[in-house]
Amino acid sequence: MRAAASDLPLAFDDVSLTVGATTIVERLNLTIGPGAPTLILGPNGSGKTSLLRLGMGLVSPSAGNVTWGGRADGGPGRRAILFQKPVMLRRSAAANVAYGLAQSGCPRGLRAQRTEELLARVGLLDLASRPARRLSGGEQQRLALARALARQPEVLLLDEPTASLDPAATRFVEEIILAAAHSGTKIIMTTHDLGQVRRLARDVVFLVRGRLFEHADAGDFLDRPATPQAAAFVRGDLVL
Amino acid sequence: MSESVNAWHLIASGDATLFAIVRLSLAVSLMAVTFAMIVGLPLGAALALTRFPGRSAIVVLLNGFMGLPPVVVGLTVYLLLSRSGPLGELGLLFTPTAMVIAQALLVLPIIAALTRQTVEDLWLEYREELSAMGVGRGGQIATLLWDSRFSLVTALLAGFGRAAAEVGTVMIVGGNIDGFTRTMTTAIALETSKGNLPLALGVGLILIFLILLINATAWAVRVWSEQRAG
Repeated sequence: MRAAASDLPLAFDDVSLTVGATTIVERLNLTIGPGAPTLILGPNGSGKTSLLRLGMGLVSPSAGNVTWGGRADGGPGRRAILFQKPVMLRRSAAANVAYGLAQSGCPRGLRAQRTEELLARVGLLDLASRPARRLSGGEQQRLALARALARQPEVLLLDEPTASLDPAATRFVEEIILAAAHSGTKIIMTTHDLGQVRRLARDVVFLVRGRLFEHADAGDFLDRPATPQAAAFVRGDLVL
Repeated sequence: MSESVNAWHLIASGDATLFAIVRLSLAVSLMAVTFAMIVGLPLGAALALTRFPGRSAIVVLLNGFMGLPPVVVGLTVYLLLSRSGPLGELGLLFTPTAMVIAQALLVLPIIAALTRQTVEDLWLEYREELSAMGVGRGGQIATLLWDSRFSLVTALLAGFGRAAAEVGTVMIVGGNIDGFTRTMTTAIALETSKGNLPLALGVGLILIFLILLINATAWAVRVWSEQRAG
C-alpha cells in the first residue's frame, strides 16, 4: 500500500557514478517532477540505465546526492522499475504478479482479484497459469510490467521496455504505459526511439557519455535542439 | 549363485525380522534428513546471502564437511552421549534417537553446502529484482529456497543417500542391537562377518532397490512439477 510521503520530485544533485576507473555518470544535476512521461534519450553507453538504477535507489552515487521528495531514503518506497531483461520468478505468470502484490503489502484476500485485473490489463489473462519462464520475450516484458504496476507505484522507471518488440507489441505496451501515466503514475523511461519521444514524452533528458546535454520540453527538443549533439541525434546522425 | 537365489527367496518370503530392519533404517535416515533439512536449508541460504569476515572460511569448512568420515561423527556423538559425556544423562546412547542425531550431523553439511551453492547462483540472477521490490532478508531467503526447490530436491536426495548407505555412525552410536538398533547396513556388516552371505546379499539388494525407488520417485515428481511451474 502507498506510503504517505511522496517520492517526487526525484532530484539528482551533482551526482557522479564511477565503477573502477570508468565514469558512468558525471556530475549530473537533474530534477524530475510529477506529470506526463519523462523520456531519457541517448546513445548506447550514455548512462541511461545507470540513471534509472540511481533513480530507483539500487545503486548509490559515488558523489553527490539522489533524493526522493527531498528525502534520501534509499529503499524502493513508492517506486517500481522494469528492467530491460526482467527476471521471471520460477512460478506461474499469476504467481509472479501475486508476488509483487504481496511485497507491496496488498492484503491476502484481495490478491487473487487484483492479479486477475493486472493480467487482464497487460493482456495475459489467458496465460495466467503458464510458467512465467515459458512465456515469449514480449509476454515476459508485459508480465514484468504487470508485476511493477502491482506496486501501485507513484514513479515507474522503465528501461527500454519496447526495445525488442515489434510495432504491434510496442503499441500495446505504450498504451499500458500511457494508461498508467493518465492515472497519475510518473513515467520515467529510457529509449533509443525518437518516435517514442514524439508519442509519449512531455520532456526529454538527453545524455551522452554520462553527461546531461539537455533537459527540455519534448517538442522543443525535437524541433529546436539546443546542443549540436542533440541536433545530430534528432537528425539521425551517429552521436559518439 | 545359489546364495543370491537364497537372497531373493528371503525377500520374497517377507521375513518379519528383515522387515523390521528395513523399516528402522528408513525411519532413522528419513528423520535424520528431515532434521538436517530444517536446519540446513535456511542455514545454506543465509550463508549464500550474507557477507561477513570469515565467510569464505565457513564456506570451505562446510564444503569440506560434506566428506566427514562417518566413524568420526559416530565417535563424536558417542562421546557426547556416553554415560560420562555431557549429554550422558539423557540415556540416548544405543537408541534409534542417537542414530538419528548422528546421521543428521553427517548429512547437515551436505544439505547446507549444496543449498548454499544453489541459492547463491540464483541470488545473482534475482538480486536486483528482489531489491527493487523491497523484499527483506527473510523474504529473500524464502523466495530463493522456493524458486530453487527443484535443484534442492537433489541436495536432499544426496543427503538421504549418504544417510541410508553409511554404516560407521549407526554402528558406533546404535550398537547394532538385534530388533532395536539394527539397520540394513549394520546387518549387512554383521551377517557378512558371520558368513551368512545370503542374508547379507538380500539386505544389500533391498537397500539398493529402496534408494533407487526413492530417487526415481523424486525424479518423477521433479519432472512433473517443473512442467507445471517452470
